[in-house]
Amino acid sequence: MMNLISDPTRRRVLKGALAAACVAGTPAFALSEGEATKLINSVVGDINKAINSGKTGNALYRDFEGIFKRYADVPTIARSVLGPPARSASKSQLNAFTAAFTGYLARKYGKRFRDFKGSKIEVTGARKVKSFQEVRATAKLRGQSPFTVAFMVSDRSGRDKFFDLLIEGISLLKAERSEVGAMLDRAGGNIDKLVADLKKQG
Amino acid sequence: MTCLPKFNRFALILPVLFIGLSACSPAPEGGGINDPYENLNRASHGINKGADQVFFRPVSGAYGAVTPAPVRRGLSNVASNLNEPRSFMNHLAQGDLDDAGHTFVRFLLNSTLGVLGLFDPATGDFGLEERSTGFGDTLAVWGTPEGAYQELPLFGPSNERDTVGRIVDIATNPLSVLAGDGPEIAAATSFPSVLNSRYELGDTVDGILYDSADSYAQLRLFYTENRRFELGGQSSAENAFDPYENLYEEVYEGLYDELDF
Repeated sequence: MMNLISDPTRRRVLKGALAAACVAGTPAFALSEGEATKLINSVVGDINKAINSGKTGNALYRDFEGIFKRYADVPTIARSVLGPPARSASKSQLNAFTAAFTGYLARKYGKRFRDFKGSKIEVTGARKVKSFQEVRATAKLRGQSPFTVAFMVSDRSGRDKFFDLLIEGISLLKAERSEVGAMLDRAGGNIDKLVADLKKQG
Repeated sequence: MTCLPKFNRFALILPVLFIGLSACSPAPEGGGINDPYENLNRASHGINKGADQVFFRPVSGAYGAVTPAPVRRGLSNVASNLNEPRSFMNHLAQGDLDDAGHTFVRFLLNSTLGVLGLFDPATGDFGLEERSTGFGDTLAVWGTPEGAYQELPLFGPSNERDTVGRIVDIATNPLSVLAGDGPEIAAATSFPSVLNSRYELGDTVDGILYDSADSYAQLRLFYTENRRFELGGQSSAENAFDPYENLYEEVYEGLYDELDF
């Protein structure tokens, strides 16, 4: 590998290819407010259905996991949550982590949504922020003041997906980046051990 | 007449406050959290977690179990109602006449029809929901930066701006104009209200404090992001973490390292 790229012409070709890849990554973006809203309307519809389905425990968590897999950019979220160690992880480690992380999320947040029975989430509007769309919704809970939920939607993965969920301004992505980072530290930087811990958590 | 010394104290505090605030640490760019006192804050966090474990968690559990929900709600309402004069003053200081009027009418309705604030007919019958504010918010409206993150023993998460806000809120409680021992009453009534919140948010608080791998970091993030959201409203998404940008950066960074350009 090092020999290959020490050749100056090849290096220039590689450099050019990289630059092209960088540029290609950006203008692919053309997600409209309407498209983003449409996606989140489906998400919210499915969440409302799950909350009021009367399902509990694992059955409900499975519903949430399904919604998450269908509408969220799971590979990007998982890579981002794992941080720089994702780079050195093997493909099978990354897959195992993504699967364990998805289950952990569904259990952890499914528990919270369980208390939402009888509540309703409604999309209120969308706007472009930086290179993505922010779709806002209001969650109305019985006997409590309504709160704001915001979905961050992007098509950078090639499809319209959400990559973060903010509840009253608190980012789920940032929270899990910090949390999983702490878990990885506790596992001594060992991704396999982290995966095993995630399966027990949430 | 007991109100006079209180307002004199307010006059004294103000200049001290601005000298103090000019020394506030600047907020980091890009939505990060400035936490230079992390070691000290983590020590407070340990104290707070201990206090929760031995006191707030079990006592609020017992309080919730023996006290019927309407009674708990009523006592919490009393505490909220006693904070309305403070909110009113701060809405005025923020130049928000609309919210000031709203709060004023709420206070009148709940203090009379609501039997000294035990009930909340302003929300229930008049659609006037609580719009609580304090001096920390006022400072933010006046353009004061949030300063460094702090976790205070017993009071919990805060930042330099909000800590000054809390001190001023306690020292200048306008309740003292209406009753000499107002602040003492406010403190006494806030206690069942704190227990009730701990009881009603039980699972959420437990989740953060006891199930998290780093409860200090989670609490720090939740407090800071939620405060910025409350104060900035619409602008919170600007601080959103863009995993695509950062992901590509990380990936290309790695390639560049390897390629040794």
